[in-house]
Amino acid sequence: MQSVPAEYYLALSAVMFALGILGVLLRRNALVVFMCLELMFNAANLAFITFARLYGSVSGQVVVFFVMTVAAAEVAIGLALMVEIFRNKRSIDIDQMNSMKG
Amino acid sequence: MLLNEATSAAPIFGLAPALVFLPLAGLLINLIFGKRMREGVVGAVASLAVGLTFVLALIFAATLAGNPESVSYRFLEWIRIGTLDVNWAFRIDTLSVTMMLVVSGVGTLIHIYAIGYMHEDVRHNDDPGRFRRFFVYLNLFIAAMMILISADNYLMLFVGWEGVGLCSYLLIGFWFEKGKDGIANAQAAKKAFVVNRVGDFGLLIALFLMFAYFGSLDFSVVFEKAPAVAAATPGVLLAMTLFMLLGVAGKSAQIPLYVWLPDAMAGPTPVSALIHAATMVTAGVYLVVRSTPLYILAPGAQSAVMWVGAATAFFAATIALGQPDIKKVLAYSTVSQLGFMVAAAGMGAGVAAMFHLVTHAFFKALLFLGAGSVILGMEHGAEHGSAHDKHNEHGSSHHDFDPQDMRNMGGLRKRMPLTFAVYLIGALALAGVAPLAGFFSKDEIILSAQHTNMGVFILLIVSAFFTAFYMGRQLLLIFFGSARTEPAGAAVESKPVVTAPLVVLAVLSALGGALNLPGVYSLEHWLEHTLAHVAPGEFSIATAGISLAVALLGLFLAYLVYGRKFTAKPQADPLSGNFLYGMLENKWKIDELYDTIIIRPYRGLADFLSNPVDLGVINNLSAGLAWLMQATADLLRRTQTGFVRSYALVVFIGVVLILAFILVR
Repeated sequence: MQSVPAEYYLALSAVMFALGILGVLLRRNALVVFMCLELMFNAANLAFITFARLYGSVSGQVVVFFVMTVAAAEVAIGLALMVEIFRNKRSIDIDQMNSMKG
Repeated sequence: MLLNEATSAAPIFGLAPALVFLPLAGLLINLIFGKRMREGVVGAVASLAVGLTFVLALIFAATLAGNPESVSYRFLEWIRIGTLDVNWAFRIDTLSVTMMLVVSGVGTLIHIYAIGYMHEDVRHNDDPGRFRRFFVYLNLFIAAMMILISADNYLMLFVGWEGVGLCSYLLIGFWFEKGKDGIANAQAAKKAFVVNRVGDFGLLIALFLMFAYFGSLDFSVVFEKAPAVAAATPGVLLAMTLFMLLGVAGKSAQIPLYVWLPDAMAGPTPVSALIHAATMVTAGVYLVVRSTPLYILAPGAQSAVMWVGAATAFFAATIALGQPDIKKVLAYSTVSQLGFMVAAAGMGAGVAAMFHLVTHAFFKALLFLGAGSVILGMEHGAEHGSAHDKHNEHGSSHHDFDPQDMRNMGGLRKRMPLTFAVYLIGALALAGVAPLAGFFSKDEIILSAQHTNMGVFILLIVSAFFTAFYMGRQLLLIFFGSARTEPAGAAVESKPVVTAPLVVLAVLSALGGALNLPGVYSLEHWLEHTLAHVAPGEFSIATAGISLAVALLGLFLAYLVYGRKFTAKPQADPLSGNFLYGMLENKWKIDELYDTIIIRPYRGLADFLSNPVDLGVINNLSAGLAWLMQATADLLRRTQTGFVRSYALVVFIGVVLILAFILVR
């Protein structure tokens, strides 16, 4: 079986990452922003795994598990915040959450 | 050498720290328990503490009489940084023991006298609670003075030097809320402190130079290395000794820094006697005599010391001629006599200086204490008179009356016979009438001057003449004739606790000349173990005759001028009414001169620094800095929009820039 070249994975990772950044910068819906963040995480994970496979090292794969754990915790807190904010403001448009301006 | 000293020293010298700690113990007892003790007990504790110090000094003197080698007793290590090594060490030699005997001996007598004097004084000033405070200060003074004279290095000497300065300040301002406008006493204390600070600055510079060039502040090391330094860099030694002279001028009230001493008479009379006549002000003379090995190597500084002393002796004696205040006359007389001592020290006649220091301590303490007794008598007379005349206005009239003005006195010879007798002895001793103490000591100084410099000799002879004249004037104004005011007529003799020390001091003043009698020279043989280069003593009948004749002439002229003007009313001085006497009365307007050339420009500078510089420049500078901060913050505030997405954009741009930098590099 012919394996897919590593460059393809990395290109996919880069595309995912770019999409994630664009989403974070451009979208106003907090939930979508969160999803874009997850996209960036997973782009990074994909890059990790690609290199782990390429160099035959297991440490890259270990890091991916850590990232996934932390991301899960982060999403739990983030969603809880989001629910709270929605209860107060009836909206999760992040541009309306600017009361901390200087 | 040091080891040798330590091993051969008698074990008794281990008691040396007690010289300082005995007065400190008296101080602490009075400070802690004094509130519940009666006045007599407070005074007795203080006097006993100093008395025991005197006994200890006597023991040291007796031990040194057997084996007169200098002893250095190291008590505590104080500073050890790099090459600087300073200990609290005691130096017991014939010179320091002489000073110890004078300080603690005269000090004890004055403590005893003060028990009686302050009893009256605190009641006269309506604050009996301050009795204890007075003795606490007095004991603190003795402790500081002991540190000064027993020091084995210049830094410990400086500690004592500052300590006695502090006590002087505290005691001049003892009645700090009294005096003219309720502020004169406090101002006198401040003046003494500030003027002394100028002198102390000089002494400090001398110490810095000493450390820089000798690497040590110990007497023995400094004196040992002095010839080498003098040979290599004579300018340094000259500067060192001249800066030291500035310190001496401050502490021993010499031109140009003598102005604080006459004002210091604002303190209670025992203070004037102890600190501002007998002991503290002689510290400068002691310093010069102690530093003789340095001064000998700097002839320029020596002649500067000599001329400063002689000029002060003459100048202060002229001012004393025109003072109406009994204590002011004595104050200027003290300045003048200190001038004699400093001149002698400058001529290298250390023995003569120390001899005069000792006899002067006797008779000037006697005169001040006698003056205190006279003042007490006058105050008694004033209070008695006012209580007698106006029953309902008790105590109000004696505040207008000046019990220290000699023009208000007269005829006290009959009212206070014992005070008169001792005062007469003191005055004649000061005037230099043979065979009282002052004759011998002053004669020795004048004889040295004759060998050294004719100009100084003439200045000193004239000063001696003035001395006799103003003492004759004082005697005649106070004790002779008839009472010129009612209080003088009602004056009463003081109590035995006041007069007993006077009698002891009178005996010392009369017999003090025996210390260094021509032909025997016991003081000289005593001091030659400590002072190198002691010239052999001599006695010239001609010089002695001149100085005695001058003294008698002064007294006689005083009698001619003041002896016949005994009227019943206060009156102007017979010499007054002309420009010269007006200048004398106004102390040559030196205070005004200093006010014009130093104090006012200084105030102006201070005002300038305060208003345009501090309020204008510095204040605006800090205010401007604050404004700049605020403006910057205002600008930067704009970047905090509160939009999370813009923060994310900034982070993103930042990351891109960093990556670009890493890649391009």
